[in-house]
Amino acid sequence: MSQPPSPDAPPARPLPWGRWSWLAALLLLAAWSFSVGEGAFLSLLRGESLAQMGGYAAKFWPPAAEAPFLALVARAALETLAISIAGTLFSVVLAGGMLYFAASEEILGSGGEWEGSSLRRTAPRRALYALARTALNFFRTVPELIWAIFFVFAVGLGPFAGALALGVHNGGVLGKLYAETLENVRPGPVEALRAGGAGRASAFLYGALPQAWPQVIAYTLYRWEVNIRTAAILGFVGAGGLGQQIHIAISLFLESRLATLTLAIFLLVNAVDLASGWLRRRLEAAF
Amino acid sequence: MSGAAPQRPPLSAGRLALLVAAVAAILASLKLSGANPALLLSGKALRSMADFGRGFLPPDVSPAFLRATWKPFVETIQLATAGTALALALGFPLALLAAGTLHLGGVLFEGDPEPRPLARRLRSLPYWASRLLLNVMRSIPELVWALLFVRAVGLGPAPGVLGIGVAYAGILGKVFAEIIEGTDLRPALALRAAGASRPRAILYGVLPPASRTLISYALYRWECGMRAAAILGFVGAGGLGQHIEISMRMFEHRQTATLIIELFLLVALTDAASARIRKMLA
Repeated sequence: MSQPPSPDAPPARPLPWGRWSWLAALLLLAAWSFSVGEGAFLSLLRGESLAQMGGYAAKFWPPAAEAPFLALVARAALETLAISIAGTLFSVVLAGGMLYFAASEEILGSGGEWEGSSLRRTAPRRALYALARTALNFFRTVPELIWAIFFVFAVGLGPFAGALALGVHNGGVLGKLYAETLENVRPGPVEALRAGGAGRASAFLYGALPQAWPQVIAYTLYRWEVNIRTAAILGFVGAGGLGQQIHIAISLFLESRLATLTLAIFLLVNAVDLASGWLRRRLEAAF
Repeated sequence: MSGAAPQRPPLSAGRLALLVAAVAAILASLKLSGANPALLLSGKALRSMADFGRGFLPPDVSPAFLRATWKPFVETIQLATAGTALALALGFPLALLAAGTLHLGGVLFEGDPEPRPLARRLRSLPYWASRLLLNVMRSIPELVWALLFVRAVGLGPAPGVLGIGVAYAGILGKVFAEIIEGTDLRPALALRAAGASRPRAILYGVLPPASRTLISYALYRWECGMRAAAILGFVGAGGLGQHIEISMRMFEHRQTATLIIELFLLVALTDAASARIRKMLA
């Protein structure tokens, strides 16, 4: 293995010992972490829980298929889909609105404009930038489920609260991703526009944004794929969709209904993955 | 992709239809989800949100409470770490099966006599089976997996670990398979030609060049696991999430604020640790 066959492929360097020790430490951490299960994993290995698990799994068959229940599942699935799409839309609006502040320093300062300009002039923009970044960080750190509890309190039970929760959390995620994308665009077009007398906003809109579009769209579709999975569980805190039905089925020990609902999530998630992948390819071809 | 795209194609019928469909889907979603900006921006909602938000301030930093949050803090780390370790153990073998370049294109079988059609089909069976299994594992959210495991192994952190383990194995397996598919397989071919066995060709020919990307993605999943572990507490898997849920239900919002700050610190800490490890490996 010491000599790779082709001269143009760089040889793979073996990891030095110092690096192996990092991996060893991680491995130890992992081994210790399993103690959190308080013996449950050991009994799983010994097969005691396996029989219990098998017995439980057997209850899932056959999946519930009564017409009224299927209609209920279809409606819940549609609601979950709606939450994921509306939530993605809200997050795009939020991230887009914050973007100008969260990325502008790098983008619009690239024309050499800030060089030599006094600290007093740049201070307000810098403060806005820091504020926008902090807000995005905060939106992102608080998990969707907690935002959902918050919005259930604000606008009442139902899917709107779920969509808002997705919107705020993902507004933070997308805001960061969009800002990073924009910071990595080539500065040439922006500088050219600025040199030609364009304002800051137009240079941003016509110089920076067009370069970032494909990546922005890819990130947005990727978040939609994440959102459909989250939308399926937001119902646990009363934010509508399939999660609510799952919560009911679990609380009432209705395993055959649980089977149908799990299957519905599987189908819905895969449908969205397919749609998003198809859209991505189409849009990539268009750019 | 790059900036030189001034020649925009005219809006074809297909693209117009797509645009109309997208707008219709978005409008229908807004209606179905009961979106009502007036409701959100009404004075009453704004007031109640402000009251609600104010209840979180200032965070409860009394020594007694901080001491009480130590155990869930550590528990969250354990949940995430054990879950990710389990995901690696489950996902890695599946990734080897699901990496098409190893099986379908037949790097490992190159030089063998051309198999008969039926044998060929059978040979691709593990590939399709592992792909399907990985898909099922990652399509069902970890929270749902955890709930399913609660009934099977009892309440507590164990179902949380299993939930993260299964769902993340689905993701890791898929991404690992893609990384392996993107790896230069000539070293493995050379090893095979030199008479190495198939497992050895994978061990010494495929994994070393891919190892850095694989490790770095596993570390990224570990970070995601921290957030997931905090959520799983909502269904009784322990950790910070469980305490967040309890404190919210008891309207102890100042405690909730502290716990959310701790979650933020935990994620930042993992971020820094994995960035550090990644840098050492690079």
